[in-house]
Amino acid sequence: MTTMNAALAAGEVVQHPHAATGVLSATWLLIALPLAGAAILLLGGRRTDKWGHLLGTAMSLGAFLVGALAFAAMLGQKGDDRTNLVHLFQYIPAGSLNVDMNLWIDPLSISFVLLITGVGSLIHIYSIGYMAHDPDRRRFFAYLNLFVAAMLLLVLADNYIGLYIGWEGVGLASYLLIGFWQYKPSAATAAKKAFIVNRVGDFGLSVAVMVMFATFGSLSFQNVFGHASEASHGTVTAIGLLLLLGACGKSAQLPLQSWLLDAMEGPTPVSALIHAATMVTAGVYLIVRSHVIFELSPDARLLVTIVGAATLLAGAIIGCAKDDIKKALAGSTMSQIGYMVLAAGLGRPGYVFAIAHLIAHGFFKAGLFLGAGSVMHAMNDDVNMRKYGGLRKYMPITFATFGLGYLAIIGFPGLSGWWTKDGIIDAAFEKGGTSGQILGWLALLGAGITAYYMSRVMFMTFFGEPRWDEDVHPHESPRVMTIPLILLAIGSIAGGAFLIAGDRFANFLAPVVGEPEAGHKLITPYTVIVFALMVVGVGLAYVQYLRRPIPRTAPAGNVATTFARRDLYGDALNESLFMRPGQWLTRLTVYFDNRGVDGLVNGLAAFIGGTSGRVRRVQTGFVRSYALSMFVGAALVVAALFLVRI
Amino acid sequence: MTDHYLVLSAILFTIGAVGVLIRRNAIVVFMCVELMLNATNLAFVSFARMHGSLDGQIIAFFVMVVAAAEVVVGLAIIMTIFRSRKSSSVDDANLLKY
Amino acid sequence: MTGVVAAGAHQTGESAIFWVLAVISVAAALGMILTRKAVHSALMLATVMFSFAVLYAVNEAPFLAFVQVIVYTGAVLMLFLFVVMIIGVSSTDSLVETIKGQRVAAALVGIGFVVLLLVGFGHATLPKTTGLKDANANGGNVMGLARLIFTKYVFAFEVTSALLITAALGAMVLTHRERLRPKPTQKQLSKERIKSDRVAPLPPPGTYARHNAVDMPALLPDGTISELSVSPVISRRRTGEHEDLHGASPEVVARQDTKTVKAVIDKPVEVEEEEQ
Repeated sequence: MTTMNAALAAGEVVQHPHAATGVLSATWLLIALPLAGAAILLLGGRRTDKWGHLLGTAMSLGAFLVGALAFAAMLGQKGDDRTNLVHLFQYIPAGSLNVDMNLWIDPLSISFVLLITGVGSLIHIYSIGYMAHDPDRRRFFAYLNLFVAAMLLLVLADNYIGLYIGWEGVGLASYLLIGFWQYKPSAATAAKKAFIVNRVGDFGLSVAVMVMFATFGSLSFQNVFGHASEASHGTVTAIGLLLLLGACGKSAQLPLQSWLLDAMEGPTPVSALIHAATMVTAGVYLIVRSHVIFELSPDARLLVTIVGAATLLAGAIIGCAKDDIKKALAGSTMSQIGYMVLAAGLGRPGYVFAIAHLIAHGFFKAGLFLGAGSVMHAMNDDVNMRKYGGLRKYMPITFATFGLGYLAIIGFPGLSGWWTKDGIIDAAFEKGGTSGQILGWLALLGAGITAYYMSRVMFMTFFGEPRWDEDVHPHESPRVMTIPLILLAIGSIAGGAFLIAGDRFANFLAPVVGEPEAGHKLITPYTVIVFALMVVGVGLAYVQYLRRPIPRTAPAGNVATTFARRDLYGDALNESLFMRPGQWLTRLTVYFDNRGVDGLVNGLAAFIGGTSGRVRRVQTGFVRSYALSMFVGAALVVAALFLVRI
Repeated sequence: MTDHYLVLSAILFTIGAVGVLIRRNAIVVFMCVELMLNATNLAFVSFARMHGSLDGQIIAFFVMVVAAAEVVVGLAIIMTIFRSRKSSSVDDANLLKY
Repeated sequence: MTGVVAAGAHQTGESAIFWVLAVISVAAALGMILTRKAVHSALMLATVMFSFAVLYAVNEAPFLAFVQVIVYTGAVLMLFLFVVMIIGVSSTDSLVETIKGQRVAAALVGIGFVVLLLVGFGHATLPKTTGLKDANANGGNVMGLARLIFTKYVFAFEVTSALLITAALGAMVLTHRERLRPKPTQKQLSKERIKSDRVAPLPPPGTYARHNAVDMPALLPDGTISELSVSPVISRRRTGEHEDLHGASPEVVARQDTKTVKAVIDKPVEVEEEEQ
């Protein structure tokens, strides 16, 4: 009880899980279904080629159905009872490390479940059409299912070990999917890059888990959060910073952002899945889930906000310069995740907006990516926006859905992005103090740039004169691809309003992150500024990319453009800071091994060998020599005896 | 008087030992070994007399027996080596070396 | 040492024997290791052993004295001489040392060793000689030894018997040569001889008993020398110093002999032939 009192005194939210009943106790199916789909498709081999994509989609939809039923069941519970625990099995019963594998079903995880399975299912359906002509479609669906299963394990586990397993599973699935066309060297390299950069983050997470175990003796959320306030400030800060490192890796935040843009080498649905529903959201989930720890460490939280703000600007700047439609969208993802991380770092009011923005972003970014995939389909898989133009007449559905996603992301009033992003900007200003002001203005600036670069994408793709290659004949995509687009567009329109209006989502998440502060105003001076900046951004893009003809080859550009095109020199930095020194270190080590260690060992061996070679000459084979030594020895023994006795 | 015998014994023992070292004919080497054994026997016998106990003579007796056995086997070995090598020099049997 | 000599002045007899035998045995030992011929060494060793036998007798060990003579001088040394005869009585050690520095080292170590021992004896305080009168009192020296051997040392004695048997067996095993093919029968031997060039036995050495040396060759019917009649070992020696030969070579002597004998038997023919 004292523990609880201490926790309450610190202003924390303590969740008291109870065993799940009814539909909620069947939530293990959430993970089992896509995992079974992946297993069947991977082990079944070519026999499953014909119906593999259908099975994969069915498994994903089944998981969505289970998630929806569980959500409905949860809505039937009282607010404080909404934390359910599903015991699966005893995972690691090893001495003092005792890990039970449970599922932790609470409003936060169920929100993620619905996003992952919902958007994931739509991407599955879309992929049926998009990958129709790929000979390896079955394998693709197996990996998609694996991805969804790993992500669900990540958000559903009730302890950091389970979370870590899901975390690594997501890393594996992303590696497999980014490198899906592994015969392309660029795809193979991108997959490796994603994996390796993620390892850096994973290292942080794994160390955080170890520190937690050393500090709390247990890894379940209940224990860690319940006892977090008893740990020393330094320990909590260390855990927070290590968790942030993990989140940076998975969510492509500075300084571990470099893999995200290269990850565009995977098929477009993969990009949609990574950016909208799985993978990059994991970092945000981790921070929000561990909010108890972050709330105890203002330093860690400050660093989270700094990382978020820096990333949102960096992503936006990169997005402005890319001619590759997918890379422009990837820059935008970086930027939007930066908003979420910023919000998550802001504390109590920010969590809700972070998750709400994550869900809204899931809808409109999935729509944008799938729309981009649709456009690429029409343009013979060309990704260069400079060769697009005027597509709105030829692809009306894609244009409409992409346009709605576009309006949502730039924060057009009433659409999803407006509700959530403005909430984040408001929260930044509400933080107060100099840091709040700086963060707020940076977020504002980011919003303006977002409007600019998204308008650029929009104008270059759908407006203006066609700049197509000669053999391109644009056409609307089949219905299996457009229906998901339409559904996602609906989400882009209504999602934000549904979540934010009337504090609905804030109340829903209250058992996890705490009661919302009363009186969140929808319209503040900052929202007006955001709107103004948005108009400015759109106008600038209009002047630059709609009024003027767009050259088919990119102009040389000034220093700033080059800076942005080269991903803010992130790769160059990594190369000069880590790769080259690493190579030199390796060479030095090899040299040291060859000359130093081997030299020492070989030299010693040669010395012993040489000495033995000389000493063995004493063994002449002449008995009389041996007899002489024996006689000398006997004389010495006698002499020694005399020395001792006399 | 005893130490006279001891000195004689020591001198003869050393002569035998030096003989073992400098002679190459295996038979002569053996003779030198016998000389060494006899020198020790002399010491034993004179000690027996000095202490007034027959144990020293018993030891000398056993030494003689063992020497006889040793000579038999040693000479047989010399014979065998001579048969295969046509030589009785101890330096010729030097294959067991580096 | 002088003190001891002075103290034992009444043992002049023993003292004299000791000094004589000591000189003899040391000289013989030195001769043994310095002489080149193995036979000479054996004889020198015999001298040393005889001296020792006498010294044992002087030291109130009559039994050991006899054993020394019988076992060592009689058996062991005879064995030595047998082996010396078998493996080359003529073989002499070359005086050139093959191992570098061996002699110098041996001499140095030997001198050092003996000096060490002598210094040790000089420092040792020996008790006064008790003598074996008491020990030999009950039935004499042989009885005393026998009593000890069969009581106190009976186990060592039994082990010694095992050692002797083992040594005998070992010597047999070592010198035994395995027969690789069956022994040829008389029939096989005669067949072999018929097959060979020479059916008749080899000519015996010497002719008409004018010379009885084994190195005198036989003469063939035509008066020439048969090389087969003399052992190759002996013929190789070629000393040419037989008294019978009076300084001439065996061939010349043989020819003279032939001439003389033929002159006696077939005088007319011989004369004719001579005249021809």
